[in-house]
Amino acid sequence: MFLTVTTSLVKGLGTAMELFGLTLLFALPLGLVIAFGSMSKWQPFKFLQYGQENPGSFVRFFADLRPISALTNVIVWIIRGTPLMLQLIIIFYGPGLWFDNNIWSFSNGRMAACVVAFVINYSCYFSVIYRGGIEGVPQGQREAGEVLGMTKSQIFFKITLLQMIKRIVPPMSNEIITLVKDTSLARIIAITELIKAGEAYMKSDGITWPLFYTAVYYLLFVGVLTILFNFIERKLSYFR
Amino acid sequence: MAVLEVNHLEKHFGSTRVLNDISFSLEKGQALSIIGSSGSGKTTLLRCLNFLETPNGGSICVNGKTLFDAADPSTQLEKEIRRKRLHFGLVFQNFNLFPQYTALQNVTLARELMSKETGESQDTIVKAGKELLEQMGLADRANHYPHQLSGGQQQRVAIARALAMHPDILCFDEPTSALDPELTGEVLRVIRNLAEQRTTMIIVTHEMAFARDVADQLIFMDQGFIVEQGDPHQVIDHPREERTRHFLAHYSET
Ligand SMILES: Nc1ncnc2c1ncn2[C@@H]1O[C@H](COP(=O)(O)OP(=O)(O)OP(=O)(O)O)[C@@H](O)[C@H]1O
Ligand SMILES: [Mg+2]
Repeated sequence: MFLTVTTSLVKGLGTAMELFGLTLLFALPLGLVIAFGSMSKWQPFKFLQYGQENPGSFVRFFADLRPISALTNVIVWIIRGTPLMLQLIIIFYGPGLWFDNNIWSFSNGRMAACVVAFVINYSCYFSVIYRGGIEGVPQGQREAGEVLGMTKSQIFFKITLLQMIKRIVPPMSNEIITLVKDTSLARIIAITELIKAGEAYMKSDGITWPLFYTAVYYLLFVGVLTILFNFIERKLSYFR
Repeated sequence: MAVLEVNHLEKHFGSTRVLNDISFSLEKGQALSIIGSSGSGKTTLLRCLNFLETPNGGSICVNGKTLFDAADPSTQLEKEIRRKRLHFGLVFQNFNLFPQYTALQNVTLARELMSKETGESQDTIVKAGKELLEQMGLADRANHYPHQLSGGQQQRVAIARALAMHPDILCFDEPTSALDPELTGEVLRVIRNLAEQRTTMIIVTHEMAFARDVADQLIFMDQGFIVEQGDPHQVIDHPREERTRHFLAHYSET
């Protein structure tokens, strides 16, 4: 029995890891894009206040408006302000319920819907971490690069990026460890991840220990990640 | 012919006027010191010269070529600013070394990135970097990271980093203000050497004796205006303006 449970839980772990891996694969870069969006300084209506000594508050509102930054901040607020479980339900059932069009009906549709929900949710969280990391790099670093004639992208990739990574490793590792455990939410749309796999034995065989046994899998998974993050932190400790 | 000519430069942040009608010129191989109380606009002036701020009025000419003219938008194209910056070097008050690179890498990085355009070989760049560090008395610190260096050593690396780009005019913004008193000497000595080698420099400093001895020309600024400019010995020892006298008197007390 132990062996059967173990193998079926390994399968559940596989599903959880697939969700975990795909989420990271897409959310890590997307988060950076969102971070840049939320830091965008583009002010298309700036011209409204040109030549005006004392612009009215209406003019000033539009002149100061940064539409890209404002829009991304609202999206991040909505995504971080509502439960991931609710977002998952909306994304999976929403199209069928409201548009009579279940776009997730293909073979791996449930997993795909789940990945989409997770990527949207986690890229918003990551964006806030990235933003903190980028803004944490002193302005003087960028200016030193500019004065030496570097381009904006050279400054980002050769100067800011590594300093940002060093700053974000601790909050990132927190968030990524949370993601491991959040994969259990996938059961809400009937994906057999770890918890669902363990729980199944309660119904079929009336035993509860497989459910608690899942904890060992989570702990091992998180343990490996912790070692990995410690390794990265040590690798980056050569500078301050 | 003057290397640098600054004409009627103006800068305001909102309604605060930080630079008013700043005009001066600098000959090749000469050093200019700028003194003045806190908030008089010295840093802002250097930042304007290095295109970190955009002036609201006036013009900047280097070697007879107009790099910036507030009245002429064609001198303000974003994509040309990067090249124009290379006429100037800037040494910051707080060094701003790149922490993830060694002293030598700090000096060579920008030139390596530019080598695609200049065609310089890696060997040439590294050799030049090592020579600069040696000139700064840091030959044995080439492979140290900034956090392993003292403030004075970090500032000397920063000077080498700026020199590596061969700027026409090297600007210093209070290069010793962030240093412990016992470390200022080594940095001032390096700058003095550069002056003896006829490096064209603009030095913002609070070290009056140093400004007087090293500079060929001195400017005293107050509230965004140039109050007095001329021979350093004359301005510091026999100021003509009341405001200069007041500033210097206050200075010798503290
Ligand atoms: N980005 C900015 N926005 C608004 N005001 C600014 C900005 N930068 C500088 N100022 C103002 O401009 C004035 C001149 O500042 P600046 O830093 O050039 O003075 P400084 O002569 O270098 O002073 P210090 O000796 O303290 O370094 C100050 O009143 C400062 O508050
Ligand atoms: Mg200053």
